[in-house]
Amino acid sequence: MSVITLQVDGRDVAVPAGSTLLQAIRAAGLSVPTLCDLEGLEPVGACRLCLVELEGSQRLLPACASEASEGQVIRTDTAQLQGYRRMAVELFFAEGNHVCAFCVANGTCELQDVAVAVGMDHSRFPYQYPQRAVDASHPRFSLDHNRCILCTRCVRVCDQIEGAHVWDVAERGSDCRIVAGLDQHWGEVDACTSCGKCVDVCPTGALYAKEDTTAEKHPHPERAGQLRRAREQRQWTP
Amino acid sequence: MIAATPAQDPAQARPRLRLATVWLAGCSGCHMSFLDLDEFLFELAAAVDIVYSPVASDTKIYPEQVDVCLVEGAVANVDNLQLALTLRQRTALVISFGDCAISANVPGLRNLCSAPGRDSARTVLERGYLELADASGQLPFAPGIVPELLPKVLPLHEVIPVDLYLPGCPPSAERIRAAIAPLLVGQRPRIEGSSMLRFG
Amino acid sequence: MVALPPCERPRLRCCAASGCRSAGAGPLLAALRAAAAAGDISAGASAAPEPLEVRSVGCLRLCGEGPLLAWDGPEGTRLFGGLTPAAAAALVAQVRGVAPIPLAADPALAGHQLDLEQPFFRLQRPLVLEGCGIVDPECIEDALAHGSYAQLRRVLHELSPEQVREQVRRSGLRGRGGGGYPTGLKWDTVALQPPGRRYVVCNADEGDPGAFMDRSVLEGDPHRLLEGMAIAAYAVGADHGYLYVRAEYPLAIERLRLALQQARQQGLLGSSIAGTAFALELEVRVGAGAYVCGEETALLHSIQGQRGIPRTRPPYPAQAGLWGAPTLINNVETLAAVPVILRQGGDWYAAIGSEGSRGTKVFSLSGAIRHTGLVEVPMGTSLRTVVETMGGGDPDGGAVKAVQTGGPSGGCIPAALFDTPVDFESLLALGSMMGSGGMVVMGQGTAMPEVARHFMAFSVNESCGKCVPCRAGTVQLLALLDRFVAQRATAADLEALEALCTMVKATSLCGLGQAAPNPVLSTLRHFRQEYIAALGPGS
Repeated sequence: MSVITLQVDGRDVAVPAGSTLLQAIRAAGLSVPTLCDLEGLEPVGACRLCLVELEGSQRLLPACASEASEGQVIRTDTAQLQGYRRMAVELFFAEGNHVCAFCVANGTCELQDVAVAVGMDHSRFPYQYPQRAVDASHPRFSLDHNRCILCTRCVRVCDQIEGAHVWDVAERGSDCRIVAGLDQHWGEVDACTSCGKCVDVCPTGALYAKEDTTAEKHPHPERAGQLRRAREQRQWTP
Repeated sequence: MIAATPAQDPAQARPRLRLATVWLAGCSGCHMSFLDLDEFLFELAAAVDIVYSPVASDTKIYPEQVDVCLVEGAVANVDNLQLALTLRQRTALVISFGDCAISANVPGLRNLCSAPGRDSARTVLERGYLELADASGQLPFAPGIVPELLPKVLPLHEVIPVDLYLPGCPPSAERIRAAIAPLLVGQRPRIEGSSMLRFG
Repeated sequence: MVALPPCERPRLRCCAASGCRSAGAGPLLAALRAAAAAGDISAGASAAPEPLEVRSVGCLRLCGEGPLLAWDGPEGTRLFGGLTPAAAAALVAQVRGVAPIPLAADPALAGHQLDLEQPFFRLQRPLVLEGCGIVDPECIEDALAHGSYAQLRRVLHELSPEQVREQVRRSGLRGRGGGGYPTGLKWDTVALQPPGRRYVVCNADEGDPGAFMDRSVLEGDPHRLLEGMAIAAYAVGADHGYLYVRAEYPLAIERLRLALQQARQQGLLGSSIAGTAFALELEVRVGAGAYVCGEETALLHSIQGQRGIPRTRPPYPAQAGLWGAPTLINNVETLAAVPVILRQGGDWYAAIGSEGSRGTKVFSLSGAIRHTGLVEVPMGTSLRTVVETMGGGDPDGGAVKAVQTGGPSGGCIPAALFDTPVDFESLLALGSMMGSGGMVVMGQGTAMPEVARHFMAFSVNESCGKCVPCRAGTVQLLALLDRFVAQRATAADLEALEALCTMVKATSLCGLGQAAPNPVLSTLRHFRQEYIAALGPGS
């Protein structure tokens, strides 16, 4: 296996060729905030929180979806990046209906976490109060669109890990929303195996088990990566 | 920076801080949490003058020359708006105190009830006082007594400039104390990290 | 071009492209054909005139005067605009020389003749539009008679793919869709990928408001495009390709499909093209009304039957495009420039235009301008020449205020900077961009914050919603611009507007989001006083 070396925030780090910048950043003992990225799922580079600066380039690179290459000099925490990240998190809060106080994910929410990480003490952008629905048609789970940040983890885990492709995205722009089946009620979609992986990986309180109320959600985002590793490394094959 | 500028010599007695707390559209939970400061309340009482507060003062008119004001709640009606404008003029350091002041939070949920051509105030009043009432239902109308609802519930900083934000629903007593204590010695608190910053 | 050399047998050319169709070209064409046929009969045995050819052609350029009609005869070409079917008989009589009164005195025609010597026509340099307005776009025999597919045949028999790419490299041609990426380099990148299947794709999803260059090529000379695309496929080793056309171009789709069918019948598409081993299948794919599908990765998703959303690059489509295979994507105008480059040679083409921006560029002129229509000029022509000399400036005689280039991704350039040459780098330096070639001219009455809001509303509607800066940032930008238009903005709003523009530009995933703030940033740069004036009282 060939190895490449690069520099992240002044630290030299060596990673296997083919690693992403995000893996290199973590290998260097550093972190950048992420929302859409999840180990085990194909990256989409949609939340823009993991953007980093590459020396010699004007363009910012999404660390999750960019391959690390030899000799790169990466900066992950400049004042410019901090400013952009905070604005991105404010945009997330302002575009949905996020009320942490009574959210099922209060305390375990990744959006709440990144707000802390980027130092967001308030949103400078006015809240939009979009009219969104709750789909409680599934016997065990619910989807509250008010809390959805369109990270598409549910779409990807269902397609790439479970193989059912129950979820997809409909509409465009600020009208985008996650849909089940052919834009049906979730409970009516035969393809759904009720495996709960979408609930496990949802970073917010958008997807949750019905028995959970305020601050009772127990997400398991690590399961996507565990399942993928198990399959690829045939860990459960005798 | 707050009006009571720190003295050059720390030993020198500084003027007592004039502290206010204000309750706009909120559940009073932030004030309850404030009361959870327990024994720190004694230290506070020794160090500041509480010049206006729903829980620690009988003053009905917001006074002049306030150093620090903790504002709980969103701006939902004309009284809230008037008080916000007044306190901004008379206060050196305004703190959005809790999630309702910062994001409109739960009171702001009525903003979801607007429909084209009908603001959320009208919609919720009609729902509450006409649609769900018996035949005698009527919209509340008592000018000068019952304050009129604003068309939309707003966070404090969309109405007046805010100097500091202390999130939480409510902010815990520890968080409140960590925010107030530096103010007593003329320093600005650092609102960062999970212990100080988390919503909810 | 519109004016042709004098010819013995008179002929009428009537523009039947979308612009003139909407101005009534259909009934006019029918009336002219009826009049021509009636003339043949009524002339009787005494003086049997030759049948009068009434040809339906593509764009005759001066779209604002449509329907346009060219009359070619022994005295050269005369051009008429705005004729109604009622004037058809009078015109045919003039053409046949049997009219009772001279042309200049004919009340049905006199006011309708257009000056072909005016700068709008004289300063054009048609290369891409060489056949547009001359050939019958629905007739491959006519296209072949005008030289279509000659270069394809020659290239297949005489040149290696590498020699073809060599000519394109030497031409200095850069992508005409807006990005300006060197075409030769792109072709090389696709050609030099490891062996395996390759695709060629024509991006005909022309979506910028005020842009109709590509539509004119598609409707006016589709065989030139197909020839360019076939040459491109040969040069990069592709045997399959797609033409991705927006659904809003029904006539272009119809003519393209007809052209494909004709080309297959003539053995110019399909297997063993022109008697060689080269094979190429081309298909039309119709878009579903999303502007973002003009972005190449979104376009590829759409062709594959997926949701039209962009993805992070690299890998670039040249490395991994359709179904993972190396894919060449070029815009209509780029591909339509290829036959002339092969015919005249890359060096000949490179001698036209300016340093760094070679050849010609087609622009569509619209807005507050006297002459609305299509122009093709050498790169490096000044904006003043295009807007004022050729376009004739403000129709009411006032001063032009600005010109918007590049659509919702571009910016507004003030009249004071009209001496700027139109090339890729100069427009970028002014905070605008070449874009695909739409030029919307604005008069003194146009308020720049309103222009910015108009384009931001467009971007809000057309954002695919994948990344948050574009999905939610444009919504917040629109709300801020609303405050400026309503004259109740604050100094803090101005600060927020600039900060958010910078953020959306720097952090959006694809070109649509990255360019969405450009109309705001460019108007802030050149017309900042209008934003200051829009601040409400007390700020």
